[in-house]
Amino acid sequence: MNSDLRSHLSRARGLGSAKSGVHHFWVQRLTAVALIPLVVWFAVSLVMLSGADYSMVRAWIGSPFVMVLLILTIVIGLHHAQLGIQVVIEDYVHGDGAKLAMIVGVKFIAVFFGLAAAVAILRIGFGG
Amino acid sequence: MSVANRPVHRPLSPHLQVYRPQLTSTLSILHRATGIALSVGALYLATWVVFAAASAPTYAMFQGFNGSIVGRFVLGGWLFSLFFHLFNGIRHLFWDMGYGFEIKDAYRSGWIVVAVSLVATAASWIVGLRLI
Repeated sequence: MNSDLRSHLSRARGLGSAKSGVHHFWVQRLTAVALIPLVVWFAVSLVMLSGADYSMVRAWIGSPFVMVLLILTIVIGLHHAQLGIQVVIEDYVHGDGAKLAMIVGVKFIAVFFGLAAAVAILRIGFGG
Repeated sequence: MSVANRPVHRPLSPHLQVYRPQLTSTLSILHRATGIALSVGALYLATWVVFAAASAPTYAMFQGFNGSIVGRFVLGGWLFSLFFHLFNGIRHLFWDMGYGFEIKDAYRSGWIVVAVSLVATAASWIVGLRLI
């Protein structure tokens, strides 16, 4: 029996009043799990790169394995970051207009920097 | 002004500042603070590879800042933020799966996160400075 006021379809969709269900929560956790090995790899690499000169850094960034892991680290890291910042904005910014503007702005910045980093890494790797 | 729009002056419940700082609340606040710092750090990381792709003089300018006192302080703080957010994030993932909610467990995992973060940060600083 359907004892609440929601329709069967609404309950089956499981998206709730925000209409996006647990998608934000799930992607935040999915990216978090992906970042565990990536961040450990990156932190160790960064420490090992201390004192490396320009050509050494470019040779490191441009090796195929590093290119893949570095793009993943930056893109997934920025995705995780913008999801987290969105929650902070939702918690502390109460005006609807300002809240929406800031969330959209943060997403645009994340995509711009992510794409710029990916292009830069590929350019180094493919010898631009 | 209608009744519905009239401002209400209800008493506020006790707020953050009246509580004695606790490990659990402090680490929770620190998780958010380091998350915000790392978000800025992610933009800096993207800038780093863009400068590396640009030219040697541009990159030298960027590295000049990283090697300065302020730059090393920022990078050192960034490494601590990274390790703390990483280890406390793993603690959060265990909570998400339903483990570690007893007060005793929350404090124990909290102190483990603090200890491991400090050790990892110190180790990275020592190794990093030796390599320079």
